[in-house]
Amino acid sequence: MTHPVEAQMAVEAVSKSYEAGLRQRVVLDGCSFMLEKGKLTVLIGPSGCGKSTLINIMAGYEKADAGMATLEGRPVGEPAADRLVVFQETALFPWMTAFQNVAYGPRVQRKLPDKEVEARTMELLERVGLQDFRDKYPMQLSGGMQRRAELARALINQPKVMFLDEPFRGLDAMTRELMQEYYLKLYEGSQQTTLFVTSEIDEALLIADTLLIMTNRPGRIAKTLKIALPRPREPKVLTSQAYLRYKEEALEILHEEAVKAFSGGSKAAVDFLEAYADRDQAHS
Amino acid sequence: MTSFSTPKPLSHPASDSFSLSATDRFRHAARRFLSSPGPYLGLTGIVSLLLFWYLTTELFALPRFSKLPGPVAVWTEFTSRNPTYGTSLFSPEYYKHILWSSWRVAQAFFWATILGVPLGLLMGWQRKIRDYVFPVVELLRPIPVLAWVPLAILMIPGREAPIIFLAFLAAFFATTLNTFLGVESIDESYFRAARCLGSKPRDVFLRVVFPGSMPYIFTGMQIGVGVAWFSLVAAEMVSGEHGLGFLIWDSYVLSQYPVVVIAMVTLGVVGYLYSAIIRLVGRMLMRWTVRTGG
Repeated sequence: MTHPVEAQMAVEAVSKSYEAGLRQRVVLDGCSFMLEKGKLTVLIGPSGCGKSTLINIMAGYEKADAGMATLEGRPVGEPAADRLVVFQETALFPWMTAFQNVAYGPRVQRKLPDKEVEARTMELLERVGLQDFRDKYPMQLSGGMQRRAELARALINQPKVMFLDEPFRGLDAMTRELMQEYYLKLYEGSQQTTLFVTSEIDEALLIADTLLIMTNRPGRIAKTLKIALPRPREPKVLTSQAYLRYKEEALEILHEEAVKAFSGGSKAAVDFLEAYADRDQAHS
Repeated sequence: MTSFSTPKPLSHPASDSFSLSATDRFRHAARRFLSSPGPYLGLTGIVSLLLFWYLTTELFALPRFSKLPGPVAVWTEFTSRNPTYGTSLFSPEYYKHILWSSWRVAQAFFWATILGVPLGLLMGWQRKIRDYVFPVVELLRPIPVLAWVPLAILMIPGREAPIIFLAFLAAFFATTLNTFLGVESIDESYFRAARCLGSKPRDVFLRVVFPGSMPYIFTGMQIGVGVAWFSLVAAEMVSGEHGLGFLIWDSYVLSQYPVVVIAMVTLGVVGYLYSAIIRLVGRMLMRWTVRTGG
C-alpha cells in the first residue's frame, strides 16, 4: 500500500480452531485483513474455508483463540448494532410486518423519537422498493423481497460495519441478478462500510471495491485484489476487458487453492477443479 | 417470481384481496365449503350415529341398550314446553346449569392462562427457571386430576373453589408445557438477529419470545380448555350442586335418563364453542402464519 487508507475495521492474526473428536480442526490460522471505511470489501473462498466463522468473530458471536478483530482501533466485544450481520438464512421476524421488522432496530435502541423512526423506516422501505408492502408479513413476501426487507432492517441502523453472509444464496438465478443490481444501488447510495461474503466470482467482481481471496483450511487471506472498475457499476461491466482480467487473476488463485485443498483431501475442491479444467478446454 | 425489480404492487396477487369486501369474501368461502365433499361426509357420519342410536335403543331395544333413552325420547323431552323431568330448552334450570359450568371453566381457564403462559415463557427463556420448574411439572402432570379431589377439598375452603381448582389444574399443565415448547420451537437465528439489532433482554422477551411462541400458546390454550371441561365435569359429579356434570350425575341417580343425554350433548356443544372461540381469537392474533391475504 503506497497511500494511507483509513481502516474502519481490522482483523489481526486471528486464529480459531474447534474440537473435532480427538483432533483440533484449525479453521482460521493467522488471518489478517482490513475493511476500508466507506468501501465494499468482498470475501470469496471455497465453501467451508471459515468465512462464516470469521464473520462470527468480527460480529462478536464467537471469540478468537488468538489475534483480534478491532473496530476503529478498539477490540470488538459483544454483538451490537454498530456491527450488523445479515445472515444466510432469512431472519426476518415472521410475526412482524415488513414495517415492524425494519423499524425493530431503532425501536429497541430507543435513541430516536417514534415519529423519526417511522419516517426513516418508510424512507428505507422506499429505497428497497417495498413501500407498498409495509403491512405484509414475511410469509406473504417473495424470497427476493424478504432479502430486501432484511437489507433495509440492517441499513436503517447505520452500522459502522455491515456484514453480509452470502445474502443471496438460495435465490433463483433471475432474482439473484436483480438483487445484485438492487444491492449495488443501495451500496452506492449509502457508502456503507461492508464486508460481503460470497462464493460466486461474478457476484464478487460486480460489486467489490476490494476482493479478498481466502484459502482453504486453515483459512487465511491468499490475495487482496483492488477492483478498479468504475462506479456506478452496471451489469454490462461483466463483459469488459478489465473485468475479464480480474476474473482470470482471481480464478487463478482460487484454482491454486483448490489444488492445495484437493491434495489435502477436500472433496469440495473436486467440483471446482473439474469445472476449471472444462473451462480451459473450452478456451483453447 | 421474477418481476420484483420494478415493484408493481397493484398487479401483485396478494393485494387483490383488498378489493374484496368482507361479505364477498365470506360468501366466497361459504360457496367453496359447500362445493367440497367434506361437509356432506361429515353429515353422513352424524346421521349414521343417530341411526345406530335409534336402532339399538328404540327400534330393536337390544338387551344392554333397552334402558337407554333413544333419540326420539331425548328430542321429545328436550323440546317439550312441559318436560317430564324438568329439563328442556324451555326450562330456566337448563340454562342455569350451563351458566354455572361455563363460568367455572372460564375462571379456571383464565387462571391457567394468566399463570401458565408466563411460567412457560420464563421456563423456555431462562435455563435456570426451567431447571427449577421442569422436574416439578413433569412429576405432577401425570397425576390424574381426579386423584387430586381429596386434597383439593381439604386444602381449599368453600364448595366452589375446589371445583374450579381441579379444572384449573388440568388446563394449567397443558398451557404451561405447550408455551414452554413454543419458546423451544423458536429458531435460534431470530435470537441472534434480535441480539445484533441492539435488543435488551426485555425486548427479546416481549418481541421475540412471546410472539414467537404464540402458535404453541394457542394450541396449549385449546388443549387446556378441553381438559378443563373434562376435569370440571368430574369435579361437579363428585362435589357439585350445580352445573352440567352435577346434572348428569343427579339425573342418573334419579333415573331421569333422557336428561343425562341432554346434558352430555350440551357439554359437547359448549365445549366445541369454547375451543372454536379460542381458535378464532388465535387466528386473528396470528395473521402472520397465513400465507396469503392481508
